Amino acid sequence: MIVGIPQSGAFRWTYRAYVTLFFIYLALPLITVCVFAFNDSVFPSLPWEGFTWAWFFGTEAPYIGVFHERPILRSIVTSAIVAFWVSVLSVIVGTTNAFLFVRYEFRGKGLLYILMLLPLIIPGIILGISILVFSSTVANTLEDATGLWFDGLRPGLILVVLGQFSFITTFATLVISARLQKFDPSLEEAALNLGATPWGAVRAVTLPFLYPAMAAAGVVAVLMSFENFNTTLMLVGSDAPLTITMFDRLKLGSTPVLNAVSLLLMVASAVLGLASLLLQKRRE
Amino acid sequence: MGTDRTRLGFWLLIAPLAVWLLALIVLPHVGMFLVSLRERVGVREYETSLANYAVFFNEPLYWNTFARTAYMSISATALTLLIGFPIAYYIAKLTRGRTKTTLFLMCLIPFWVSELVRTFGWMILLRETGIFSGLLQYLGLVGGPVEMLYNDAAIMTGLVYTSMLFMVVPLVTTLDSLDDSLIEAGYDLGASGFAILREIVIPHAMPGIVSGCIVVFMLSLGNYLTPILLGGKDSLWFTGLIYDQFITRFNWELGSAFGFLLLGLSSLIVFLGLKLSGQSLGKTMAQT
Amino acid sequence: MSQVPDLECRAISKSFDEFKAVKDVSFSVPQGTFFSILGPSGCGKTTLLRMIAGFQKPTGGDLLIKGRSVLEVPPNKRPVSMVFQHLALFPMMNIGANVGFGLRQRGVNRADTKRQVERVLERVGLAGVADRPVNSLSGGQKQRVAIARCMVLEPDVLLLDEPLGALDLKLREHMKVELKQLQSEFNTTFVYITHDQSEALVMSDQIAVMNHGVFEQVGIAKELYYEPETAFVAGFVGEANRFSARIDSIDGGILGMVTPEGRTLRGIGAGQGLATGTTVDVFVRPEAVRLSRRHADLSAMGNSGQGQVRNILFNGANSQLILRDQTTGADMNVALPQTGEFRDLAQGDTVHFGWEPQQTRVYPGAGGRHGN
Repeated sequence: MIVGIPQSGAFRWTYRAYVTLFFIYLALPLITVCVFAFNDSVFPSLPWEGFTWAWFFGTEAPYIGVFHERPILRSIVTSAIVAFWVSVLSVIVGTTNAFLFVRYEFRGKGLLYILMLLPLIIPGIILGISILVFSSTVANTLEDATGLWFDGLRPGLILVVLGQFSFITTFATLVISARLQKFDPSLEEAALNLGATPWGAVRAVTLPFLYPAMAAAGVVAVLMSFENFNTTLMLVGSDAPLTITMFDRLKLGSTPVLNAVSLLLMVASAVLGLASLLLQKRRE
Repeated sequence: MGTDRTRLGFWLLIAPLAVWLLALIVLPHVGMFLVSLRERVGVREYETSLANYAVFFNEPLYWNTFARTAYMSISATALTLLIGFPIAYYIAKLTRGRTKTTLFLMCLIPFWVSELVRTFGWMILLRETGIFSGLLQYLGLVGGPVEMLYNDAAIMTGLVYTSMLFMVVPLVTTLDSLDDSLIEAGYDLGASGFAILREIVIPHAMPGIVSGCIVVFMLSLGNYLTPILLGGKDSLWFTGLIYDQFITRFNWELGSAFGFLLLGLSSLIVFLGLKLSGQSLGKTMAQT
Repeated sequence: MSQVPDLECRAISKSFDEFKAVKDVSFSVPQGTFFSILGPSGCGKTTLLRMIAGFQKPTGGDLLIKGRSVLEVPPNKRPVSMVFQHLALFPMMNIGANVGFGLRQRGVNRADTKRQVERVLERVGLAGVADRPVNSLSGGQKQRVAIARCMVLEPDVLLLDEPLGALDLKLREHMKVELKQLQSEFNTTFVYITHDQSEALVMSDQIAVMNHGVFEQVGIAKELYYEPETAFVAGFVGEANRFSARIDSIDGGILGMVTPEGRTLRGIGAGQGLATGTTVDVFVRPEAVRLSRRHADLSAMGNSGQGQVRNILFNGANSQLILRDQTTGADMNVALPQTGEFRDLAQGDTVHFGWEPQQTRVYPGAGGRHGN
């Protein structure tokens, strides 16, 4: 059924069936995870033992729901803190990068741009271990030299934030640069012409134009930070973010409380995703 | 005065970039490389040597795993392309307006949740007490529970699933830009559907195919969750070895060497992909 | 003309849901003809062309090429080729590969393909460009490559979908001549669709004027221009001054009419059902109108009057005068002959005008605004 080209009915139906199967394939794992959040059994597997809300609100072992599972709640808070800082940092640096790459011509710009893209093609695990090795070396050197402790450079939340920031910034830079490229510089010139200072013109005209892109980059950063596993795994200390906690549970085999967490995550991502979609709509 | 001000602005803008790239990307990798060249000869005593790399080449388990990881990643990439291409073509060329947007967004939905949740879903589906096993028993096709988890096919399923988005999105973008009249012209000049696919559609979609394949390959190569959770005891993955060296055995020197080998392999494949297709990194990444 | 026509459409029609894009159109195109379908956008000409090419299936009627029905033949097997609106040259192939594409699909061997490609490129005046990329060519050259790509297959009919539309004005004028030349050189039947009347008039042996899914008139350029059969054709092909009037006398072939403002007109009927009292549309071409400073020169012409010069649109040989008719108060377009006689004519001057009834064509009116 190439456009304008007649194809046999059988071919068309096979094609449609294939596409349908594909979308079932995409949806199946997610639906399964959601459905088993309501299974009245201690294992997230068959047989189906009946419907229950226990994995959300249960208080009695082994039926302890998400909202009463302290370790999981704590790791959600940890993830949120990490995501907040990653998002703030990467949007700030992404914005300055965008101005640099869009507005300035300088020697070595091409090389810097490639360097800026590199985090995209470095596997997350490698990013994690390289930062781990480097920060430990620095910490060792500093501790040897000063005799003080530098816990911030040991595996822990600060390193997790830095590790995620190191590659999420690239995405933020790309999103914000794309928007800045569409900005008509004559608007800023008009502001200057009307007596604004250069910084005042940027703040009054350019930044408001960039806000939607910055917000979208922030949302993307939060989502990526919440989802990140590989880099985080290598840098995590005693306070584990949600994905790490869930991974540890999963390896040991867990109750459907994990399904319940996943379901909540999906709802939250959907809400965030829709919000960023609406932001984009308004931007156009 | 104006130039002074732009100079100041320039330095203010380049500072965060420089700190970010230097402190979190360049120096850590240089540092990791140096560590990989260190051989421990005593307590906190090191010598520069290639000993860690020698360990890798002398231990069949290590380079077998390395080769296996590369081979499986390439297969996963090819499979993702084969499965994703008809879907991308369908979305880009055979649907219009609202249907197109809806189908496109439907492709993205699974990726609003973390890889962990997606993998968890496959575990529930494939395990002995899972959905597929139950379904097969219910249909009477098998006598007892079937274990479909913990093998290479399960890893493949998970890898393809996890990577699909990164293949479909660039493909849809490039196919969308293919003018329908080129397809019609080909058909008008006597080409069969297959000839059009080979001579017109695929050459046009090449940038999308390359960028999709590069990203999928890198994601598969660097994947940790899927092989660990879906693979069996013998289904080793190179990232698993790295994790072992770093966290379990605390042998950072060997772990760094492994990390560097993985990085080298992934860079090599990216480089080859770009060279073969005549693309640049900037343009390719802009696709995704 | 006992010869089998290259292309014949029998009561062909196409509906999209409720909308009938093409309604029972029948025509035939003899071998070697440059046949144009001229009509405004949305008249159904593109649909008709795509049906001939095979990209759309007619909902009724039959389509014959060299006497054989091709309704069941898919486009890649039809002996017709198409030059697309934006040419659709394959950017992923060089010029030679573009031109040789169809031959490769037929399984012609490499050496023959190369030879035929060279030959056809030579015929369109582009010898030796086979190894260059498509984008190295100018707009006009691309046009010729697109035609060569089709002609190398020696199709029975070549379809052209407004291929000149994307070119700038000067090149378009040039390409009109060139296309006509190429057509007579190849002696292939061309079916050309366009909304630009000058393209159709200059190039075609036969023109069909299409509107609302039907052919209003089929004929040679002169017929369409001088003897339009319908009011639509009279208005669409060439320029015309238009009056609404009512017939008050019929004298042999000459109709006497009067406009609501009281101007009397004399013309010849060009439609059915013209009786006394009928509301009619009257068309007269700007170049049919004669000008003079003296009334006596024009008093014998059958239609005459006096007007005030509102505007002079100087454009060399195509200069025009906008006159306000003193009787009706309406503006008229008059061709301004560049013979020097009217060089000193200025805005506000009063001149006499007149034209012959033979050059005044009368059609049954669309509305009954002046009927009573």
